[in-house]
Amino acid sequence: MSAITSVISAAFDVDKIREDFPVLKQRIHGKPLVYLDSAATSQKPFAVIEAIRKFYEVDCANIHRGVHELSQRSTAAYEETRIKAKRFLNARAKNELIFVRGATEGINLVASSWGRKNVKAGDEIVISTLEHHSNIVPWQMLCEEKGARLRVIPVDDRGELLLEEYEKLLGPRTRMVAVGHVSNALGTINPVRQIVEMAHRAGALALIDGAQAAPHMKIDVQALDADFYAFSGHKVIGPTGIGILYGKAKLLNSMPPYQGGGDMIKSVTFEKTVYADLPYKFEAGTPNIAGGIGLGAAFDYVTRLGLDNIAAYEHELLLYGTEALSRIPGLRIIGTAREKAAVLSFVIDGIHPHDIGTVLDRQGIAVRTGHHCAQPVMDRFGVPATTRASLAFYNTFAEIDALAAGLAIVKEIFS
Amino acid sequence: MVDDLYQEIIIDHSKHPRNCHAMADANRKAEGYNPLCGDELKLYVKIENDIVKDVSWVGSGCAISTASASLMTESLKGKSRPEALKLLENFHELLTTDTPVTQELGKLVVFCGVRDYPARVKCATLAWHTLKSALMNSGEPVVSTE
Repeated sequence: MSAITSVISAAFDVDKIREDFPVLKQRIHGKPLVYLDSAATSQKPFAVIEAIRKFYEVDCANIHRGVHELSQRSTAAYEETRIKAKRFLNARAKNELIFVRGATEGINLVASSWGRKNVKAGDEIVISTLEHHSNIVPWQMLCEEKGARLRVIPVDDRGELLLEEYEKLLGPRTRMVAVGHVSNALGTINPVRQIVEMAHRAGALALIDGAQAAPHMKIDVQALDADFYAFSGHKVIGPTGIGILYGKAKLLNSMPPYQGGGDMIKSVTFEKTVYADLPYKFEAGTPNIAGGIGLGAAFDYVTRLGLDNIAAYEHELLLYGTEALSRIPGLRIIGTAREKAAVLSFVIDGIHPHDIGTVLDRQGIAVRTGHHCAQPVMDRFGVPATTRASLAFYNTFAEIDALAAGLAIVKEIFS
Repeated sequence: MVDDLYQEIIIDHSKHPRNCHAMADANRKAEGYNPLCGDELKLYVKIENDIVKDVSWVGSGCAISTASASLMTESLKGKSRPEALKLLENFHELLTTDTPVTQELGKLVVFCGVRDYPARVKCATLAWHTLKSALMNSGEPVVSTE
């Protein structure tokens, strides 16, 4: 470890943090679990598990509709998360935060509600090569329905978006630019502030898929000037099935509801229904209440640690991991962007990622293998799949050493 | 341990796959695809008088799927169509049940370790699913393990 690394890691008490994550304490196939798959889903601290347990054990009731004590408690706890989400993203107002199932639903909400109303034949939607399928398919479906065209920003060999090519794609037909803040497959941190500004200059809106950014860096939707920003709770040490869609109030107000049902109305008769105001207009049906409350505890936890501290520590892990993997002969890291989150995607000559994943698993090391729901990225780099180690603030330098040692065994078996 | 899965013979066939080439005069062909892994395989079979005279394949995949295709082609030559289908059935049983290993499988028993790796069963069966499609002439252009 370098001198700088040890200073940061000393300030960041990872051993103490790991005590908060019960899942990390187990052994897998007789070896200590080394969990390197946080880009797929992050592990949960006691605080989140406790918040969910408390809801079901003490406060369980439906929200927004009861005058009784339990309903008031659960409503207050659920709505408190909306306020925390507003602070987490630095939104202007709490009614700009819509509870959704995750980033995927957030993007589908915009593509379906905003898209159906505003996109017409011949219009264009711009995405990038780096997108997760969740930020490709909803737009493809919209384009197919409307006769609109999907344009794609290419990337260079490092996995960075080619902004001069992006500039050329923008024009009077561009309606929406939808890009990821951080690439799940490669870790590239995209210059989203600039991407949004360029979209606006062309008269288009911008949606940012923040699924991979929210757990790792401070997000300020006002500074980014993003029109929409979506992320999933389960990647930010929160529960599955809950996420946040941020949208500028003016846009959200102009959009039709996404789904109809209870809780999204002011009044219903068979002749006419008057929809609720924001944010409830977009929240039909009983939501994932426990998930929402658990997400609030997750926001508290990462805010207390400090997202700047998290980002600094994870960057040290990334540098250490990049160096460790680079020393392995025949290993090639895919995605070497200058601005990168703690994702190490790689291939090894002559060894298929699934074989790597199986051998690592037997040593207690959990990595993701496959196309990472980003097949166009794999095509761009000419590989069918990669092995991906994705890091979080609860990972250690020793775990990266374990990965390197595990890969040595992989090479031994298949040499 | 992981050696149960990656037995020597599997490593050998994954590195030096047998019968790995296209076949111009094949009278049965089928393609297999595993969307989860991206593994793909084209199978060529030459059948005369209901006997598998020759069988070959081309494709890409992990060590398990490559070795499985390679060993499958070796074990099929000379078998009648019903024998080949019976072998398929036995192989599938080997991977997915706890039934005792039968001698009929010959070299294919090296795949018994796959039982303990449910996520890898698809890798080992891709070639066999494709074989079924070729032998049954099911008319489906591409079989998928999903």
